Amino acid sequence: MNVIVCMKQVPDTETLIKIKPDGSGIVTDDIKYVINPYCEFAVEESLRIKEKHGGQSILITMGSQKAVESLRTGLAMGSDRSIHLNDPAFEGADGFATAKALAEAIKKEPYDLILCGKQAVDDDMAQVGPALAELLGLPHVTLITKLEISADKKKAKVEREIEGGKEVIEVNLPAVFTCQKGLNEPRYASLPGIMKAKKKEVKAINLAALGLPADQVGAAGAKTKINKYLPPPSRPPGKIVSGEILEAAQKLVKLLREEAKVI
Amino acid sequence: MAKGIWVFAEVKEGNVRKITFELLSQGKKMAEKLGEELVAVLLGSGVEGLTGRLAEYADKVYWADDPALSQYTTDAYATVLTNLLKEHQPSIFLCGATIMGKDLSPRVATRLQTGLSTDCTALSINESGLLVAKRPVYAGKAYIEVVCPTARPQMASVRPNVLEMLPADGAKKGEVVKVDAKIEAAGLRTAVVEVVKGAGAKVDLTEANIIISGGRGMKGPENFKVLEELAAVLNATVGASRAAVDSGWREHGDQVGQTGKVVTPNLYIACGISGAIQHLAGMGSSKVIVAINKDPDAPIFQKADYGIVADLFKVVPVLTEEFKKLLSEN
Repeated sequence: MNVIVCMKQVPDTETLIKIKPDGSGIVTDDIKYVINPYCEFAVEESLRIKEKHGGQSILITMGSQKAVESLRTGLAMGSDRSIHLNDPAFEGADGFATAKALAEAIKKEPYDLILCGKQAVDDDMAQVGPALAELLGLPHVTLITKLEISADKKKAKVEREIEGGKEVIEVNLPAVFTCQKGLNEPRYASLPGIMKAKKKEVKAINLAALGLPADQVGAAGAKTKINKYLPPPSRPPGKIVSGEILEAAQKLVKLLREEAKVI
Repeated sequence: MAKGIWVFAEVKEGNVRKITFELLSQGKKMAEKLGEELVAVLLGSGVEGLTGRLAEYADKVYWADDPALSQYTTDAYATVLTNLLKEHQPSIFLCGATIMGKDLSPRVATRLQTGLSTDCTALSINESGLLVAKRPVYAGKAYIEVVCPTARPQMASVRPNVLEMLPADGAKKGEVVKVDAKIEAAGLRTAVVEVVKGAGAKVDLTEANIIISGGRGMKGPENFKVLEELAAVLNATVGASRAAVDSGWREHGDQVGQTGKVVTPNLYIACGISGAIQHLAGMGSSKVIVAINKDPDAPIFQKADYGIVADLFKVVPVLTEEFKKLLSEN
């Protein structure tokens, strides 16, 4: 059972985001990068499948040289090897162009299942999983919180979160699943794991090695274009409602009814 | 040339969801500006009765009826939709940034080889006639404006509760056209074998009008009862901070924040939540924010429109009583 895990390196969720004065992007100095939290659930699930059913956990990411740190972290958690799509031509990709490049690289690998995070917490687009499935001709299930592989390893039964409940879905493998909080608790890399990870493969793939035309990857292959970055809408300063408990509560109820008009 | 603004009519438990009418209301303004028609597309089984209200907004309603569409599956819905979109080539396609819309739209966009902006909070048409989609990134710590310059349709999913919903035009009667679903069973690769209803609130956090959230200050799962009581009075949904979820006090689905749900209610009441940056990102675009916390220095007060510095266990029950009084008066 070979599981491919698509990963993305993103700014730590603690990061304060500052926008460049010309609105062309965010200020990336001093940002601490981590594995996208939802991708961690995917890595962990691949390791649990490997432990139960055998096979390999193979990580793949697209990003700059820095992204190797995240691959090493995943390898230290226990993944077997990794693929790094790294070329200036891949920069500026949107969900479509990212999925296109990942699909091209994954086609060359043996796999039974592909796991992604439900979304990356930087651009929050939540597109790559389903887009990748479409490009590879596979079914997908988004937002999974439970995954069971059948004894013959040909089928999966998954649970996914829906509004006000959950769905149980059966699907033949291979398939693409996007992972959500609740699926598992990702492990920490152990010290021996970190040592072993140093020797595990990080296979670099540039544009030539990938074999796609330059106009199908990165900004050139993107279907969407970001016009500009903007700060969030500012909020007017708030007020502290003072007084004894009863008085404050009464004041607040009145303010919500008469001033804010939300009750 | 691609023409027409299409809106996906999402059906939940036999009704068209509110987000659909929000999209149709916005779509109408944009259709007028572009001089194009507004189209609703409705998929389901036994849904003919839902076409009438859609036709009070849209110039045309396409609807497909098939037993395979009674329950949402990606393959069935994507097949019917992409066939229709290929045939009619609209310039814009909109759906709700709901669980269904967010599952369906990237599949459809990729099959049509076009661009998609997800989770948008505002839509407009620029001077070149392009759809400009405004959407949060980094869970709302910044926003981007996205266009889809050449591929068609320009696709966007929009969050519930952010667009203004206009009343229906009772005099309007859009054309209602039934289309053939043309679904082949072999193309349906996923099967929903069970749907389990949650014990939780009837309104999901992402579409709740009012949310009452509890954090570390709740001190234990049993204490969420005081929030549930307030929620019952206000017809609100109860949420939680990551601290509360990671402590096992609430379900994962209740978490508000950067690694939980990003919410946009009219009123968000944060109880015993200090306001970690990830939480503030997830609820910062709520229309009105109330914070109740013992610690006057808690960062949540920086985001709040109204704050009460006091013990939530003393304040919330009194608030519940006061709201009860207020709401029983009218």
